[in-house]
This record gives sequence, structure tokens and C-alpha cells, in this order.
Amino acid sequence: MSAARRLGAEPSRITRGLILGVVGAVFAIPIIAMIQFTFRNGLGGDNTLDHWTGLVGEDAARTYRGLLQAVGNSVVLAIVTVGIVLVLLLPTMILVHLQFPKLRRVLEFICIVPITVPAIVLVVGLAPVYGIVVRVFGSGAWTLAFAYGITVLPYAYRAIQSNLDAVPVVTLSEAARSLGAGWPTVLRLVLLPNLRRGVLAASFISVAVVLGEFTIASLLNRNNLQTALLQVSQSDPYAAVIFALLALTVVFGLLLLIGRLGAPRNRRTE
Amino acid sequence: MTVAQAPALTSGDAGATPRRHPLSGPAQVRPARRGVGKFLGLTPFALYVILFLAIPTILAVTTGFFTEDGAFTFDNVMGIFAPTVLATFGNSFLVSAVTAVVGAVVGALVCYALLGTKAEGALRATIDSISSVLAQFGGVMLAFAFIATIGTQGLVTRILAEVFGVDLFASGPWLYQVPGLLVVYLYFQVPLMVITFMPALEGLKITWAEANATLGGTPFTYWTRIAIPVLAPSFIGSLLLLFANAFSSYATAAALVSQGSPIVPLQIRGALISETVLGRENMAGALALGMIVVMVVVMWGYSVLQSRTSRWQK
Repeated sequence: MSAARRLGAEPSRITRGLILGVVGAVFAIPIIAMIQFTFRNGLGGDNTLDHWTGLVGEDAARTYRGLLQAVGNSVVLAIVTVGIVLVLLLPTMILVHLQFPKLRRVLEFICIVPITVPAIVLVVGLAPVYGIVVRVFGSGAWTLAFAYGITVLPYAYRAIQSNLDAVPVVTLSEAARSLGAGWPTVLRLVLLPNLRRGVLAASFISVAVVLGEFTIASLLNRNNLQTALLQVSQSDPYAAVIFALLALTVVFGLLLLIGRLGAPRNRRTE
Repeated sequence: MTVAQAPALTSGDAGATPRRHPLSGPAQVRPARRGVGKFLGLTPFALYVILFLAIPTILAVTTGFFTEDGAFTFDNVMGIFAPTVLATFGNSFLVSAVTAVVGAVVGALVCYALLGTKAEGALRATIDSISSVLAQFGGVMLAFAFIATIGTQGLVTRILAEVFGVDLFASGPWLYQVPGLLVVYLYFQVPLMVITFMPALEGLKITWAEANATLGGTPFTYWTRIAIPVLAPSFIGSLLLLFANAFSSYATAAALVSQGSPIVPLQIRGALISETVLGRENMAGALALGMIVVMVVVMWGYSVLQSRTSRWQK
């Protein structure tokens, strides 16, 4: 029995098991119901594998063309959004960290503003902005990534910042500079390898957020995974639920990976 | 669900400058060699944020003050105080408050149950990931999940009807109305509480429990006199975050609610997509302004409480 448990600061095994068991069971029910739903044969009571086999059948590519295209759109959006994080946010954060320590608070403030300005509010102002975006860049699906770059800002910022705080970036870059390295070399050989975890975590969380985004896409009349799921659910609810489960699994995997990335770092700083 | 991992943003000491030897001189702030030049490096990000965050936000909150022709008016903003719109805000407050309180209590219980487990263990890693998925990824999927569970043909609905003879929908199609949102929103509120409140609970120090025991206290006094007062600001802060999260949530409601616009985000949708009534787009602006006022107040309270909490976590 650990000291903390004896002193009452931690729950007993039974209490822990009871709380986690009950909450876990309640939270498992909707997921189980979704899985069961994908095996239902219409409104009758019997079960069928047809909904799953239908996804790999000959006609699948044609039947689910809209949905597959939407998945493609979401993947492109995820890639471009990660690009925005890597090209715009990451260099700015490093620059501010090294050269403008006084601006750190400002940058932090900017990056958490999207929490206070939710997507449903932002989209009201984005509509006219996208009127111009479409004229400049065309109406390709990827252009929505400009808005998603803002949506993922709080998550990406947090992931990169915790890495920046854990690594002596200033010392490292000064050491490299005093040994004669130019800024590009410092960035490529010293900073990026040290920030790998934060950058990867920021990228994964951005992908997860983009794959789950519905509000902005839906209200700007764009087509992405989530809007397509809702649309398909009206004609083929089984396929919609199957795709939703698959997306859920992918995102769960991504987030588990982020946890793994973070773990070794935590161990070192403790 | 953008708010999920917010507390770490404010609780870290991102603003602390690295400690330097006083004699080491201003090595970091190099002479004005690149004085203006180095600011150029900030411009791409600054421009991006201005174009896609600042301008949309300003447009969103100001369009409410103009008519379709661009003339200044208070009509839209006064429209918020129309009884039907006020009722929508009331519904939004109700859904947010109830799910925030229930979510915060259940989530805090889960955090308590997780105390003493290894932070890097498989149990915590799994629960962390599941919580993140449910808190951030819910949206449309959640609506599916609950229709499959307690919809008119849902798994639980059927079992209740066949085994126990209970009709879940005896009082009407509540799942697709405000009461349904109460149930479904809890499915992302509890996980969000787990993510945001866990760091605070882990900040409790074993030495406090020891001091309590040394002074003759019981586990009961440890929790009532030490742990709960220390955790209170963080708990209320997380509760506010949950409130903000539910208040601004759109996707689940959009996928679930079939008729009418019982909450503010759905009312904004109605105003944005209706092409029949002229000037409705500016009504969306007024509603957005109303939402943002609520969000700013709630998030301000959150950040005040969060900074109080971080005092204990040093």
C-alpha cells in the first residue's frame, strides 16, 4: 500500500475500479451501439455483413465516390494545414523565442484567441474573406486550409511551445553560432532535431483537428469528410457510421502516437 | 472543440526569460545590425493572422451594426433582445451550464480515480487518447453514436422496449431537441474535464497529505481542508472552459437537431443560409457578437482562475 493511499490522498483499488468501470461502461455503450448498427439488416432484427463487404465490392468506388472524394479533400486539407503550421507558425515561434522574448506573451495571446472566437463565430466573418480568397486562389478544396490553420493554432502552439520550453534553445543556437554556423545551419542541424517531438505532435494534432472539422466547411458550402458523412447518412446511414468509426480509429491512433512522443520527454525532465 | 488543451497554454511559464549571468552581457540581443530587418521575419505570420483571424473576427462582430446596404443600424443588435432570440440564448445557457456542471463533477471523479496511476502507463495513455478523441473529434460522429444508441431504433431503446417494456420516447422525440443535447454533449464534456483537470489534481503534493496526517488530520480533513480548497479555482476554471466549449459547439447539434434552431449556433446557421429573408446575414453578425461577448467573459474568468491555480503548481 503506497503512502499516498494510506494517507487518503489516493483512491483505493476498489474505488478506482468502481469509478473507472462505471464511467467506462457508460461511455462504451454508444460506441458498441455504433458497431452493432453497422451489422444490422435494415429494420429487421437479424444481422448481416453486407454493409462492410459493400465497401470493398466492385461497385464501391462508384457508390461512395462522393464520400471518397471528401476523404481526399480532408487529406489534402490536413497536409496543407500542417504545411501552414510548419512554414508560418514554427519559424515565427523560434524567431520570437530567440530574438523577441518580449513578444512571447503577445504570440501566446494570439494563438489562444481562436478558443474565444469559436468556429461558428469566425465563419460569419470568413464568408466575405473567402469571397476574395476564391478570386485570388480559385475555389479548390485546399483553400479551406487557410481557415484551418487558424483553427489548429491553439493546439499546434501548445505542442511546439512545450518542446521549446524543455530544450535550451537559446544556449544551443548561441553555441552553434559561436562555432561559426549560419542561421540556416543552426535551424537544420541544431534546432529542428531538438524540436522534432513538438513539431511531430503539432502536426498530428493538426491532422486530427482538420479531419474532425465540420462547422466551417459546412457553412462555407465546402465538401470534407465530416460534411460528406452527414450527407451520406441520409441515404446510407450504415456506410456513414462505418466511415465515422474508421475515422475515429485513425484519430485515436494519431493521438496515442502523440502520447508516445511525449512520454520520453516527460521522463527526462522529471 | 478547440478548447480541449487550453490550460497548459496559460499554466506553463512560457514568458520566463532564460536566466543569464549578469556579466554575460547582451549576447542574445545582438546590436541593431538587423534592427528593422529581423522584424521582417515576423511579417508572414502577422499577415496571415491579420487576414484569417483578425479581419474575420472584426467582420463577424461588426456586420451586426450594418444593414444590407451598409448603413449603420442598431436594429440587428436590438434583434437579440427579441423574445424568440432571447429564448435561444436561454437554451444555450441551460445546455452549457447543465452539461458543464455534470461534466465537471463526473470528469473530476475520473481524475480522482486516476490519481496514483503511472502517468506514462498504458491505462493513462489510453484514457488520455480516448479523452482527446471524444473531446475534440466528436461532432457529427457523436450524433450518429447516439442515434444508434437511444434513437427511435437505437440499441438501448430496443432493449429497454423489448426487455423492460419501457418506451424511451413516450414524451416525444426528445433526443432531437434540447434535452437530447444535454445527454449527447456530456459525451464530450466529461473527457474534456479529464484532460483539463488532471494536471491540477496531479499538482497536489504528497507532503501536504503527510503534514495533514502528522498534525492529526484524517483523510477527510485532508480533502476538505487542503485538497478541495487548493483545487477549487482550477475546478471552477475548468467548469468555465466546459461551459464555453458547450456554448460554442455546433457540429453535434447541427447533425442531431432536425427542426428549428433551439440554440444560438444553430440560429447563426439559420441566419447565414436563409436566402429568403433579406438582411438576415447581418442578423448572424449580431448573434455572433452576442456569442463573443459571452465567450470573452467566460474565458476571462477562466484565465483569471487558471493563473490563481498555477501558483500552487510551481
